Amino acid sequence: MKNTNDMKQFKSILIITLAGMFSLTSCLKDLDTVPLDKDVNSPDVQYSTQQGYLQVLAKLYAGFAVTGQQGPAGDADIAGIDEGFSSYLRQYWNLQELPTDEAKNCWDDDGIPSLNTMTWSSTNPFIRALYYRIYYQITLANEFIRESSDEKLDDRGFNNEEKVKIREYRAEARYLRALSYWHALDLFSNSPFITEDDPIGAFLPMPITRPNLFNYIESDLLAIEDQIIAARNNQYGRADRGALWALLAKLYLNAEVYTGTQKYTECITYCKRIIDAGYTLTPEYSHLFLADNDRSAVSNEAIFSIVFDGIHTQTYGGTTFLIHAAVGGNMSVVDYGIDFGWGGNRVTKNFVNLFSDISGNTDSRAMFHTDGQTLEIVDVSDFTNGYAISKYKNVTSDGQPGSNQTFTDNDFHMFRLTDIYLMYAEAVLRGGSGGDQSTAFGYINALRQRAYGDNSGNISMADLTLNFILDERGRELYWECHRRTDLIRYNKFTSNSYVWPWKGGISNGIGVHEKFNVFPLPASDVVANPNLEPTPGY
Amino acid sequence: MKQKFSTLKRVSYFLLLMLFTTTVWAQEITVTGRVTSAADGEPLIGVTVVIKGTTIGTSTDFNGNYSIKTKSASILLFSYVGYESQEFSVDGKSVINVSLAEAFESLEEVVVIGYGQVKREDLTGSVSTISAKDFNKGNITTPMELLMGRTSGVQITTNSGAPGAGAIIRIRGGSSLSASNDPLVVIDGIPIDNEGINGIRNPLSTINPNDIESFTVLKDASATAIYGSRASNGVIIITTKKGRKGSEFSLSYNTNLTLNTIAKKPSVFTADEFRNLVETRVANGLTPASALNALGTESTNWIDKVFENAMSHEHNLSATGSYKILPYRVSLNYTNQNGILKTDNMNRIIGALSLTPSLLDDNLKLNVTMNGTKMTNHFADGGAIGNAVSFDPTKPVFDNVTGTNYGGYYTWVEASGFPNGLAPRNPVALLDMRSDESDAQKFLGNIQANYRLPFIPELTANLNLGYDYSKSEGSIFVPRNASWAYETVAGRDGGERIDYDQQKKNQLLDFYLNYTKELSNIFSKFDVMAGHSWQHFWKRDYSYNTNDFQSESTKIVNYDKAFPTELYLISFFGRFNYTLKDRYLFTFTLRNDGTSRFAPENRWGLFPSYALAWKINEESFLKDVKAISELKLRLGYGVTGQQDVGGHYLYLPNYVYSQPDAQYILGGVPITTARPGGYDRNIKWEETTTKNIGLDFGFANNRISGSVEYYLRETKDLLNRIPIPAGTNFTNYLFTNIGNLENKGIEVQLVGRPIVSKDLYWEVSLNVTHNENKITKLTAVDDPTFLGVETGGISGGVGNHIQLHSIGYPSSTFFVYEQIYDSEGLPIEGLYVDRDGDGAITEADRYWFKNPAPDVFFGFGSRLEYKKFDFSFVARVNLGNYVYNNVSSNSGVYSDLWHTTGFLRNLNNAYDFNFNSYQYFSNYYIENASFLKVDNISLGYNFDNIGIKKMNFRVSAIVQNAFVITKYRGLDPEIFGGIDNNIYPRPRTFIFGLTVNF
Repeated sequence: MKNTNDMKQFKSILIITLAGMFSLTSCLKDLDTVPLDKDVNSPDVQYSTQQGYLQVLAKLYAGFAVTGQQGPAGDADIAGIDEGFSSYLRQYWNLQELPTDEAKNCWDDDGIPSLNTMTWSSTNPFIRALYYRIYYQITLANEFIRESSDEKLDDRGFNNEEKVKIREYRAEARYLRALSYWHALDLFSNSPFITEDDPIGAFLPMPITRPNLFNYIESDLLAIEDQIIAARNNQYGRADRGALWALLAKLYLNAEVYTGTQKYTECITYCKRIIDAGYTLTPEYSHLFLADNDRSAVSNEAIFSIVFDGIHTQTYGGTTFLIHAAVGGNMSVVDYGIDFGWGGNRVTKNFVNLFSDISGNTDSRAMFHTDGQTLEIVDVSDFTNGYAISKYKNVTSDGQPGSNQTFTDNDFHMFRLTDIYLMYAEAVLRGGSGGDQSTAFGYINALRQRAYGDNSGNISMADLTLNFILDERGRELYWECHRRTDLIRYNKFTSNSYVWPWKGGISNGIGVHEKFNVFPLPASDVVANPNLEPTPGY
Repeated sequence: MKQKFSTLKRVSYFLLLMLFTTTVWAQEITVTGRVTSAADGEPLIGVTVVIKGTTIGTSTDFNGNYSIKTKSASILLFSYVGYESQEFSVDGKSVINVSLAEAFESLEEVVVIGYGQVKREDLTGSVSTISAKDFNKGNITTPMELLMGRTSGVQITTNSGAPGAGAIIRIRGGSSLSASNDPLVVIDGIPIDNEGINGIRNPLSTINPNDIESFTVLKDASATAIYGSRASNGVIIITTKKGRKGSEFSLSYNTNLTLNTIAKKPSVFTADEFRNLVETRVANGLTPASALNALGTESTNWIDKVFENAMSHEHNLSATGSYKILPYRVSLNYTNQNGILKTDNMNRIIGALSLTPSLLDDNLKLNVTMNGTKMTNHFADGGAIGNAVSFDPTKPVFDNVTGTNYGGYYTWVEASGFPNGLAPRNPVALLDMRSDESDAQKFLGNIQANYRLPFIPELTANLNLGYDYSKSEGSIFVPRNASWAYETVAGRDGGERIDYDQQKKNQLLDFYLNYTKELSNIFSKFDVMAGHSWQHFWKRDYSYNTNDFQSESTKIVNYDKAFPTELYLISFFGRFNYTLKDRYLFTFTLRNDGTSRFAPENRWGLFPSYALAWKINEESFLKDVKAISELKLRLGYGVTGQQDVGGHYLYLPNYVYSQPDAQYILGGVPITTARPGGYDRNIKWEETTTKNIGLDFGFANNRISGSVEYYLRETKDLLNRIPIPAGTNFTNYLFTNIGNLENKGIEVQLVGRPIVSKDLYWEVSLNVTHNENKITKLTAVDDPTFLGVETGGISGGVGNHIQLHSIGYPSSTFFVYEQIYDSEGLPIEGLYVDRDGDGAITEADRYWFKNPAPDVFFGFGSRLEYKKFDFSFVARVNLGNYVYNNVSSNSGVYSDLWHTTGFLRNLNNAYDFNFNSYQYFSNYYIENASFLKVDNISLGYNFDNIGIKKMNFRVSAIVQNAFVITKYRGLDPEIFGGIDNNIYPRPRTFIFGLTVNF
């Protein structure tokens, strides 16, 4: 009967339609998906535990060391540049050392030659990489500070013990932000300014003048001085009050460069606090730069360190770069604990001449590899031109190789006690009050005694001049990211009064335009943010 | 009373009977006969046999036989879709056998379009169809190779010569910079996910080209907008072969035996030339004398050591028929392909089944299709090619001095005996010692039901359920004693082990209703379609990397992560077609797409399109002009979207954990770090608006046919990774909607059949495309000093880029220095035009110079059939495409010869002049790579009606990649993206094929 057929067909249509409508209503909700990956958390989940806060704080510290979430590379933080190039420490080193008398690199990567010769422009990729890396750190720190506000901690229901710990983390995050802002202040001028009160998303940050940025950093550090853990009382790798004082001291020592106002007295104040906090010199200078430079005997001299590890903290930047790039020519890789050298960095003759005896037998800080290398740099692109440096090695103090021959274990001590000694002496000589020359003299001789192993290197009072301090900073702190800042403070960075090979692109060196005292804001950011002005001269 | 049956009535009945029978006998006869196909003699089933001028008719049966009663003086009309109709006068004949010839592009032919079908003559959009007889022949392993050079506007570039390698397909240029430019591929109604499958070079290689019935390429927005948010780059619809109702069982077997040879080898110095070069340079003081000590005494042609002529074979078996009410087609394909790079191999089996029963009085048509693939790949290390180019030819392959610890292969070692990490690797060792294998299985199935509602015959309901599943796993293994993964510290293990696996599941549910109605009183007909689609994509990647450890204590885990992700797409779509007087056509489509990729406020996009067509040849003034068989003017306008931008959760803030090797140690304890990722709450679709005007024409019953089109495509809200203001997000480059791009062009397609006769058939086809691409907006703020976004990374140095996306220029324009030449035409090293006149060569002297996309590309081909022979060829021409020869720029400089750490390198000497040091950014290396490539030449012969079973044999000989004419000095001028970096060369292939039909 046709009727039953019709009924059947009607039923099937009904079923189809109903099925369609059912799937329709249930499926519209499908569009609200959340990530399936269990390694990905929404902010609410991430900040629901104290350990969650610690993990984000660890990322803030790791930002100086690694370049992404996968070692050595593969999940980069910064885009638009080779990931190995985007390492904070690597680019900070490049920008603080290559334009000075302390280092020249022989590679032809786009951007290196102009750093060597102080002819860079606003499109230089390394300047851009460090700039973005600095602001990446600042943005992350702002986020952490925002998420760890007292109101948020109350809302999230943490108990008192947890709140104490998280507030300590917050103080460290503010410190790390201040540290990166100090780098921004030192390297650039009129760079953008954002705080935890600024949103994430589409907006245009305003620039800040150097004096205003100086004031902000100073006030933020002073505000957390009591909140951060006392000097030498925090876990190794984490910032403490000693690190805070060291940063303040740096800020004040260079205040005249940043703001035009001298703050040498304040510098002396904070140097003294550090010196009185119980840091001690390690007996062997060379041990500060080896694979086991995190042993307490060594780390007692360190005030703030960036921690690397060949197994857990792998990167193509950081100390991996410092060591590999310095090995080439006929230097034996086994001595350096690495697989093969990259043959990049060596020194100019100006630096060599800071040492009266380059053998290292008297002044142990003279660590030159001269075999197969020439003193003169005739061809910047040839590694064998210019003496090589053997300071950084991925071997332990008893000669064992580091845990991995590609990725090094060496930590980088950003602030050290002898740096503070030298800053104290310089601030005194520059007219700061609160200190005296004889104390300064004592500190200088202490560090020279450590270098020489005995009194043979001691100086007389008459030797203690400002120029001596500059040279001594070279001998003591070379290749530790200080040189450019020091030369600028002494007015020797761009001027004609002090030249070194290849300064300005000339083989004997020539003075360059004073605009090079500051790095240019990268063209890409000036275009993306119309509130920023291109740096004058670029 | 029986006797009342009067004589008169009897007589009249008898007379009437006589009259009737004589009439019948005099005028009606029964005609029988058999209708076959002129091409192969196969019976044609279902041919309509009609008495001309009447509606009386019949159709042929399974054997092609028919029987019809008709008047002797009548004419019988034989017609069949896809064939030329024929008429025969009966004239008293009782047997009329008919042989029907195939019609060319019959206007009645049904073309598959998005969610429906339409007759070719009623198409309003820019649509090209290519069916099985037009496919390229030869060693075709992937579907897209069938199409190369066949359609205007479609550019297909195979990735490399590796077995089963994918192809890059561009329809009318790319409309995106950062998002995908790939067209949407739809197989039997299922839109396929374009992302690759780990372990398979090309996901489309899991479809057997032999199973494909036809391709429909939708080019303009009025045709593609029905696919909404995925349609901006065009759509390719693949329809697979199905069984035919009522057909007899037939079996077909096809085999191809292939020889792959190397068409052109990279040009480097021979051992003697090399020795000479080093000695001369040392003598002239250009190279240090220590280089002489490093020279060897052998003569090794490394390129010959890594390449070899390779044999491959392929077998196809397919059976089609009809079992009661169930038409079916079953096919099986086995392919074993070896690549010309030694140890490269692909092995695959594909099984396909299609069942197309028609139930409930033909009211319910079901289409069940299943396709399963099992593939094994052995990937040779492509890096062996680059190393073969630069390895010192004076060294032997094996050496028991340097190679003692490294498998016996000659190795560059340092004084310590450890491998020199910067030196080239032994290419033979790379191929022999490294193993990279994968195993993949894939299943694609769908059930399609088309139901004509009984009480409303004009209404059909269509349901499509699809399921696409793949599972692949692979591993890469490098042993501890491989020189490039050697651990120099005692007690440690080197080597590498990477294990990966991936699972993907895609599900589809499509439902739509179609209503057709003819209103003859107003000479109109219309059809309306409305539907809904739901699609879910899910995948999970897992990867585990360690070294080649001997014991757990020496194991170092570098990476151990599973990564699941998913995406939902939900849409509503509809189409309205209206035809007036059978010559004015109007189409309107609308699609509303929602994706889970974007935030709720940006998630839905509306994509409309309009098209008008005018069949000029149906107008009264042209209707009777026999010479013009088709003349149609089309206008189309549409908006499509692009949502394939990579990540699936782009708008959500999220924290990602670090891997074990990117932790940070605090207080001696390694802590996993958590990083907030950059995100853009406002991210949304890219929108492309396309305007298209086209003219389709055909003359002399489509003996000459073709089309001319002009199109303009503008994309706005281009997704681009651009630098964002520092300090505003957790990244410095964000994927955000920021730019505008324009593509405009002209396409011409022509097919002609100069000779069509019983014994000789000759067809010529030509398609020409000119496409211009220009970026019109790139950043939020217009800044004349902003040059552009770098792209086109090159080998050599680190982080060097040779191209720029800039406003006012085509995308990926080369951005280089202008080389200065001397009086003999040789470049002067390091001397470039000082464009800004400041006396120094700085980055400011770089300029925009040419781009990789061709200005014009052609495809042309011809087919000739003479009696039982057939001959065909296909060729392609690209004009105005430029390529940067990165092989030369990174390995053709004299300073590369000797490295201070103690090794020699061979140089690429394709150019007349080699620089001393790297000049990566010189436009000397950018050459016009215009080419003519004859892709395919084929010759075949048919043996018909062999044996009792009436089998049909065909043998063929084919050459693929027959020859190339170009001025480009590198290996192969056809490089998508314009940067030549030692691509795996495409082989020259010789094929012998045999096909048997039962």
